[in-house]
Amino acid sequence: MITLGDYLVVSAILFTIGFAGVILRRNLIVILMSLELMLNAANLSLVAFSRFRVGANGLPDYDAQVFVFFVITVAAAEVAVGLALLVSLYRARQTTDVSDITSLKF
Amino acid sequence: MSPFLFWIFAVLTVIFGAAVVLNRNPVAGALSLVVSFLGLSALFMSLDAFFVGIIQVLVYAGAVMVLFLFIIMLLDIRAEERRRINWLAAAGGIGVAVILLVQICMVISHFQPARRSFPPLARSTTDDVRNIGRLLFNNYNLPFQIIGVLVLVATIGVVILSRREPR
Repeated sequence: MITLGDYLVVSAILFTIGFAGVILRRNLIVILMSLELMLNAANLSLVAFSRFRVGANGLPDYDAQVFVFFVITVAAAEVAVGLALLVSLYRARQTTDVSDITSLKF
Repeated sequence: MSPFLFWIFAVLTVIFGAAVVLNRNPVAGALSLVVSFLGLSALFMSLDAFFVGIIQVLVYAGAVMVLFLFIIMLLDIRAEERRRINWLAAAGGIGVAVILLVQICMVISHFQPARRSFPPLARSTTDDVRNIGRLLFNNYNLPFQIIGVLVLVATIGVVILSRREPR
């Protein structure tokens, strides 16, 4: 049988992959894609808990799925703004590599 | 859903998620992300969350990934040339990620309900769009409107950010 823990472990692995991508990669567009991966890992555990907590009417807890809906909307807005920032950065500096942007480096 | 299908989609999602991070070419990374999202959508459907699974395909695999590919095309980003890897920084990053994973797995293993399987449902959830919509417009009406304002602000912000500076 598939348990709640199996879904949570898959979600944890996905989150860790996204986290490693944000830390290790230098390309800004790959960092944004890794961020999406992390958000989706959180969504997976939310939906798993929603299915796990069956209410008195015998249906899943839909509050968590409404929350997933909000997360997806915010993530879409975040990607749009992030990519617009990327484009304006590329116009100013002709690079998408974070190691070339050193204005705030100590 | 049978355990066999769960493991197929879970492994698919994780492998292609790792391919996003490991690929040097951003286009290959973006296409791996599409496959990873499709696997994740199948996992959502295995949890009887059909609405979430479908908006996952429509919003992520459809809209967001087109946006990514469009930006990669527009900026003409090539595969990164091999630069000298700072092994100390890379080992530190991988170490932090592994510690995070071990920590989360320890929390899950100490969490008693995680060992139980999912309780059965009284009826099919193929009409979950109705239930989620009812919840969204009754209990979560104010957050829903706030999110609408957020999307509007993001749209205006993107237009202003991507406008060329007048010289």
